[in-house]
Amino acid sequence: MLTSILTKALYTLISFFVILNYSLLLLGTMARVRAKVQGRIGQPVWQPYIDIIKNNARRSGVTHGIMFYLGPVFRLAGGLGTYFFIPVIFGSKIFANFSFSGDVLLVMYFIFFGQLGMALGAGESGHPYSPIGVARGLAQMTAFELPFSLAVIAVAAQYGSFSITEIVAAQQGGWQNWVAFTNPFAMAAGMLAFLGMSMNNPFSIVIAPQEIPIGPPTEMHSSFLGMLQTNRAIFNGAKMVLFMNLFFGGAAHPNIFIALGIMIMKTFLIYLYVVFVGVSFPRFRTEQSIRFFLGVPTLLGLIAVIQQMI
Amino acid sequence: MSDNMNDMDQIQLFNDQGRLLNAGLPDEEKALFCDAAPQVDAPYRGIWEKFLNWARSESLWILGFGTGCGAIELRPLMTSRYDMYQYGVQPRPTPRQAGLFIIGGYASVKTMKRIVRSYEQMQGPKFVLGLGSCTVNGGMYWDSYNTINRLDHYIPVDVYIAGCMPRPEALLAGINELKKLIKEGKGENANKYAENFEWYKRNQKKIIKDWNMPDYNW
Repeated sequence: MLTSILTKALYTLISFFVILNYSLLLLGTMARVRAKVQGRIGQPVWQPYIDIIKNNARRSGVTHGIMFYLGPVFRLAGGLGTYFFIPVIFGSKIFANFSFSGDVLLVMYFIFFGQLGMALGAGESGHPYSPIGVARGLAQMTAFELPFSLAVIAVAAQYGSFSITEIVAAQQGGWQNWVAFTNPFAMAAGMLAFLGMSMNNPFSIVIAPQEIPIGPPTEMHSSFLGMLQTNRAIFNGAKMVLFMNLFFGGAAHPNIFIALGIMIMKTFLIYLYVVFVGVSFPRFRTEQSIRFFLGVPTLLGLIAVIQQMI
Repeated sequence: MSDNMNDMDQIQLFNDQGRLLNAGLPDEEKALFCDAAPQVDAPYRGIWEKFLNWARSESLWILGFGTGCGAIELRPLMTSRYDMYQYGVQPRPTPRQAGLFIIGGYASVKTMKRIVRSYEQMQGPKFVLGLGSCTVNGGMYWDSYNTINRLDHYIPVDVYIAGCMPRPEALLAGINELKKLIKEGKGENANKYAENFEWYKRNQKKIIKDWNMPDYNW
């Protein structure tokens, strides 16, 4: 019993270590990709590490109350909760995390959870721009949750399961079995919702730096900000792994390193797609992004669900 | 300055308990603000502090607050020609998260109030870069009725960049100089501000007549 708990703890730590470092390096790489688009050299790939160390090494900090403390903690819990219930590599014990039969529902909840916690923390900071950012963020999130939920319902209905592991298992045997090809409407709705979820352009109004300084984390500094940056990496990684599992067949190979390579390749391409859209389109206003999500992506999601029902 | 110092002794900052008076605030607002003076945060020792100083120098976040005409020289730094991001420098929209305050040229008394407020809201260790001759000795505004002459009488300055206006290359050279100072462990001006808080505060209060903010802005 004790051995199995300790083994699981070790596996979880390995899994956490891999996703944290991979996601931080991915953030750094994508910053460089954006820089190349703008004709710049760009920051070093390891810049996110230095930023986190620097923020945690700040000597002073100001608190605004208990919720201000708990905001980043909730956010990190949301990121970790999302990640720890998604199996990263199909068939691997080390990277199975804590996936169970209803994990896709729990993961959807955790994606929402962090934002709500952050909303409370940002609200207590007392800065007028924080609640504006929160209001925008929650409005936008409510909008993109609709196509995302429809996509997930379509996939769950397709395979008759709310378990990510079973959804991945059903997609094995070649790319033609991926949801992206067996249920393209669900994939399209999900990937459009993912644009909003990743808060890159054109859906970056939530943290619009020139307008509402930086939205919810305006007052967050020092180690509060360090925690938020760590979470940003983990949460990004978790979401990409989730979308890889739901729509692109997950990562599966008997050799764990090749499987990790597959995971890295697929998630890299998923994130590259977000960055590609981000550097190509300007920022939407909040009402524009809500109209966008309630338009074509929702229709695609509805078509996907109806397609599964008939 | 010596004449001014005599006048400044008239300005009372602390009450009997050593708390800040916050005399500029209306009574009903006093409870909303902190009345503690800044504290010196001692650095760690040895290789750990060197490592942290390296991280601090390689990740400089500029407070995006155009304080004077020199702010126009900051914009090109973000473009592909100068690309400050490759040196670990990036703009940050809020003083809470920024570590480097660039005073872009002349500082009028009205701006000085905001400069003090923003500087105090930044979390230590924090660094100040005085851009242009106006921050060194007033420059072309040296006898102006409404601008300050020496910036380091009001907030501690790490690096001055002379010129009217210095080009972005000069600004990058200044930032690299600041990086060297931080790596050598000489970027301790946040502590200097805390140690000489009374002196700085009296200087500030001498020129800012309509002081309607707390004495120390957390």
